[in-house]
Amino acid sequence: MTEMFRDKIDVEITVNGEPVEARVPAGQHLIDFLRQTVGLTGAHASCEHGVCGACTVEVDGASVRGCLMLAAQADGAEVWTVEGLTERGRIADLQAAFIAHNALQCGFCTPGMLVACDELLRRGGTPSRAEIREHLSGNYCRCTGYEAIVDAVETVAKARAGKGAA
Amino acid sequence: MTIQFGNPDRPNSYIGKTVPRPNAAKLVQGRGQYVDDITLPRMVHVAFVRSPFAHAQITGIDAAEALATKGVLRVFTGADLAEVCTPWVAVLAHLKGLKSPPEHPIAIDRAVWVGEPVAAVVATSRAAAEEGAALVEVDYDPLPAVTDTMTALDADTPVIHPDLGDNLAFRRLHEEGDVDAAKAAAHKVVTARFRTARHTGVTLEPRSILVDWNPAEGQMTAYHATQAPHMMQSVLAKHLDIPESRVRVICGDVGGSYGIKVHVYPDEVATAAIAKVMGRPVKFIADRLESFTTDIHARDHEIEASIAVDADGKILAIDVNDWTGIGPYSVYPRTSAIEGNQVVNLCGGPYDFANYRARTSVVFQNKTPTCQYRAVGHPIAVAITEGLVDMAAAELGMDPVEIRRRNMYADDAYPVTSPAKMKFEGLSHHASMDKLMAMMDYDALRADQAEARKAGKLRGLGIASFIELTNPSPFMYGIGGARISAQDGCTVRMDPDGSVVALSGVTEQGQGTEAMLSQVVAEGVGVPPSQVRVITGDTQVTPYGGGTWASRGAGIGGEAALQAAKALRDSILQVAAAMLQAAPDTLDIRDGQVVDAATGAERMPLAELGRIVYFRGDTLPKDLPRELVQTRHFITMDYPFAFTNGVQASYLEVDPETGVVTLLKHWCVEDCGRVINPQLVDEQIRGGIVQGLGGALYEEIHYDADGQLLNGSMADYLVPMAAEMPDMQIAHVETPTGESELGAKGAGEAGTAGAPAAVMNAINDALRPLGAQVTEMPFTPERILRAMGKIEG
Amino acid sequence: MKASAGGYARANDLREALDLLANADGQGRVLAGGQSLIAAMNMRLSTGDMLVDISRIAELAGVAEDGETLRIGALTRHAAVGADPLVKTHVPLLAEATGHIAHAAIRNRGTIGGALSHADPAAEFPACALALGASMEIAGPDGSRTVAAEDFFEDVFTTALAEGEILTALTVPKQRPGEAQLIEEVARRSGDYALVGLCLVKRDAGHRVALFSVGATPILARACMARLDAGDLDGAVTALQGEIDPPSDTQASAAYRRHLAGVLLRRAMARLTGVPA
Repeated sequence: MTEMFRDKIDVEITVNGEPVEARVPAGQHLIDFLRQTVGLTGAHASCEHGVCGACTVEVDGASVRGCLMLAAQADGAEVWTVEGLTERGRIADLQAAFIAHNALQCGFCTPGMLVACDELLRRGGTPSRAEIREHLSGNYCRCTGYEAIVDAVETVAKARAGKGAA
Repeated sequence: MTIQFGNPDRPNSYIGKTVPRPNAAKLVQGRGQYVDDITLPRMVHVAFVRSPFAHAQITGIDAAEALATKGVLRVFTGADLAEVCTPWVAVLAHLKGLKSPPEHPIAIDRAVWVGEPVAAVVATSRAAAEEGAALVEVDYDPLPAVTDTMTALDADTPVIHPDLGDNLAFRRLHEEGDVDAAKAAAHKVVTARFRTARHTGVTLEPRSILVDWNPAEGQMTAYHATQAPHMMQSVLAKHLDIPESRVRVICGDVGGSYGIKVHVYPDEVATAAIAKVMGRPVKFIADRLESFTTDIHARDHEIEASIAVDADGKILAIDVNDWTGIGPYSVYPRTSAIEGNQVVNLCGGPYDFANYRARTSVVFQNKTPTCQYRAVGHPIAVAITEGLVDMAAAELGMDPVEIRRRNMYADDAYPVTSPAKMKFEGLSHHASMDKLMAMMDYDALRADQAEARKAGKLRGLGIASFIELTNPSPFMYGIGGARISAQDGCTVRMDPDGSVVALSGVTEQGQGTEAMLSQVVAEGVGVPPSQVRVITGDTQVTPYGGGTWASRGAGIGGEAALQAAKALRDSILQVAAAMLQAAPDTLDIRDGQVVDAATGAERMPLAELGRIVYFRGDTLPKDLPRELVQTRHFITMDYPFAFTNGVQASYLEVDPETGVVTLLKHWCVEDCGRVINPQLVDEQIRGGIVQGLGGALYEEIHYDADGQLLNGSMADYLVPMAAEMPDMQIAHVETPTGESELGAKGAGEAGTAGAPAAVMNAINDALRPLGAQVTEMPFTPERILRAMGKIEG
Repeated sequence: MKASAGGYARANDLREALDLLANADGQGRVLAGGQSLIAAMNMRLSTGDMLVDISRIAELAGVAEDGETLRIGALTRHAAVGADPLVKTHVPLLAEATGHIAHAAIRNRGTIGGALSHADPAAEFPACALALGASMEIAGPDGSRTVAAEDFFEDVFTTALAEGEILTALTVPKQRPGEAQLIEEVARRSGDYALVGLCLVKRDAGHRVALFSVGATPILARACMARLDAGDLDGAVTALQGEIDPPSDTQASAAYRRHLAGVLLRRAMARLTGVPA
């Protein structure tokens, strides 16, 4: 009865608000699916063992390692990548703060980093620098030294809190 | 026109200001284009079968099962590729005695490190190629592995390359003055053993190359994550027997390099060779295990060193015996002798002393090859020097800042030649130290430390002065025979709409090269930086240049850009003068307008000048030159290198029970000459510091005695993360180099150079009341506790 | 590296999942949050698995009160465990432990049942289960059974789960008045696997101390617990260091881990009693 198992799986996934139908290999992880099949190359595959965070995307409202989730598991899910978040303007202030603080150098970690930052910011309030650092502790950046990233997130958190209070 | 750098309110004053990076917006939107983002028609993927042994004879390769795998197209062995690709030998003529055997893109008959390519499997997808690679059957006959540096030259240690006679790749002894006599006469001589661990770069973007060979045009195009496109053009042309003019290397966005991506890797050359054989695009993206086993490693030095001082703390002599293991091959074409050589060149760097002896011994081993990685040799030399200086101060009961002040070259002493025979054009050790003291409030920190000690807390403050080698001349590689360009060029042109395009031979790796070029060109021409489009990283398009290494982008590439921009300005003004019936020197270009130089009154937008030149040239005098394209090249001539200097400080706390170090704060004052973009420079320093902190506290490649790499994952090779890193305060002293009008020196190595020594000195400052000391990096909690005598067994 | 899976099937309920496992020719692997399994597949440490995806089985997720115990469904994600009001109130150890597990994105996907079944000797939840005296609910082709945490962890990545069985829930006694629960660990970096970790539960009946990263499985330090019950902290430290047999690896030696275990016990007791260590 091993025909109950498939080596190709049909999936319907909503990616950045658009429906995507595809037949995916059983072992393909979500980030390869997004990059190779959907053509969304914003998030990156880097370590492919769940440590570096460069592949972080949003699945059903939560940040997820794109390399630690199979595309098959995303059937029926709502997936957002940096491209979609940009298009909807959802992280425009965060992106502007990253540019203003030079919170990126090579930019390879940045799309995953932004999704992680966005998750923290969506919780509201103004996290301390230590809390920001702790929340980003699963996202590698080998260029910046992190301080500028912390500065950018802190700035946005304060700005959003100020707006909320007004 | 000479730029009045002293006047921040001068027209077009973009040099020295923080301007936004033109390429940042695309990167935060996920619209960068790294090699793995590129897909070409008929593209195939390659995965490599790699040696599981550190040293083994290859007795047979059976690819039948692999070839039967769905999607697998071809399997190549070393012998297959030897037919289309010649081997290379990584030696340089000026590094006397350096030897290394010929290296092939894929091993033939014998593998000499764990991870060396043994066969290549080409398939329609990377997954299929990996599947096939797992099914290639290779028969090995294991050979004894050489893994220990210090015994590599012993008589009973096997010789890895019998043809070379022994395992010594390179040795250099430099002697100045009489070290033995100085030591004998000294008030104190302090000796210590230091160790720096084997590191690797961990670029977030793994090594990546996509090569297309078009036989119809006889042209090879390599999309390559590299720091040095022109160097790679030359290498691929030479070893694949293609005219250099028919190799085009395109380097788009690069996801971090730090020196890792400036070398020739066998698997990347193999990818190009396979593309040439198969006549279709071949992509190779290293996976993370491949990164750990085949990206170059670095550091891995063991040093015994001593310092001799008189009763006043004056340094009388420094004596260094450095050993390093570089793997089985010297890495092409820069060679793996440079790091040891740098240790010899850089020890004692900030200090005015007379007697110096330094020897480096560079040996072969069956481990991943080592080569140049960010701040080559600097962190080692700075740790040795600053560690010894602190130890001497402690012996004398002298404040560590005071002993440095008594020995650093006076700020008005330049030019000087150091005992290592390095020529310093102009440094600012004392001004930098003064600035650091004020910025960090040294006395307040010492008071805090004393308070903390009363409460049983081990807090420590560490200082590290350093010199940094930047703006290399051909004395670094060119004189040794390598086709590595120390000069760089820039072409600047004005298009009909008045916008400016700058094409440069230096490359962007994320450090902000394009922003730096945009503001230099903007100021040189007289347009806003937003009106300058910068193009880098394409050998078919940009002027010839060396790319990114040894902190040369701003100092070399920036000066070429400035001179090209000024030449274009002159060309524009010559045309404008004819059109406006004015003398060229009465006109200026400001904010994209031709203006009256004296009053600033607008005379003509550049777009109007462009319209006339390009579409109504008939209205201009026949003999009027209208070359709105100018190219200039720059090379340093007076000094082999532009040395910079700086000083760092680290404040930290050691947990006396666990040995865990908590970094509280870090400071750096640095002098890279003219600061072109303060934000970019500060971020280079910060990123560099954190990379140095990684070396001090976390990073260490582990091998077992058989040469098996033990920690080939990101979960096991630890690099610094956000939660543990401190905030860092950065400041500058500016001593511009007189070699160029721009006056810029490099800033890319400074952070990494000084941070490990600052941390080491801070830990030892914290431990000193307990009589404990650490000198073996990384300073893991366990090493610290062992030094404190708190662990038995 | 790219994962190589033999096949994939999604189970809509527990019955279907058990049927799939029974029909996987011995190649069946239960896929829940996937935070360990997919990493291992990507590194080709595991190839050819027939993946039984149970992550959509709603009945296996969630936290519920059941008299004096809390029942935590196996598919409850780490983030949900950490944020759950019932867990915070009745099993604060699990809530505190969640903060030590990896990073936000991992906690969003990883499940408590997955962590327990994976039985990584360096993981927090298995040691918590031991310290709490929890029990495991297991479903198999022939019905369900319950296994005490103390009998569940058998070796590195090895549990009492038989082939064809699925862990469905963890049942934990609710904290009683006066009870205290806490976790202490030392890791090189935030979110890294602990070099050593220690869970301490103090009940009327006595102390319970479980350690992780000190051997092939999390261990209940019984000799240490007896000394603590006798009010002998120094003796407890000595006993603890005697009853663990920690590994040496690239991060730390056995001797250092043994030392840390003693430090963590003293710190845990200091937190418990309010008397500095």
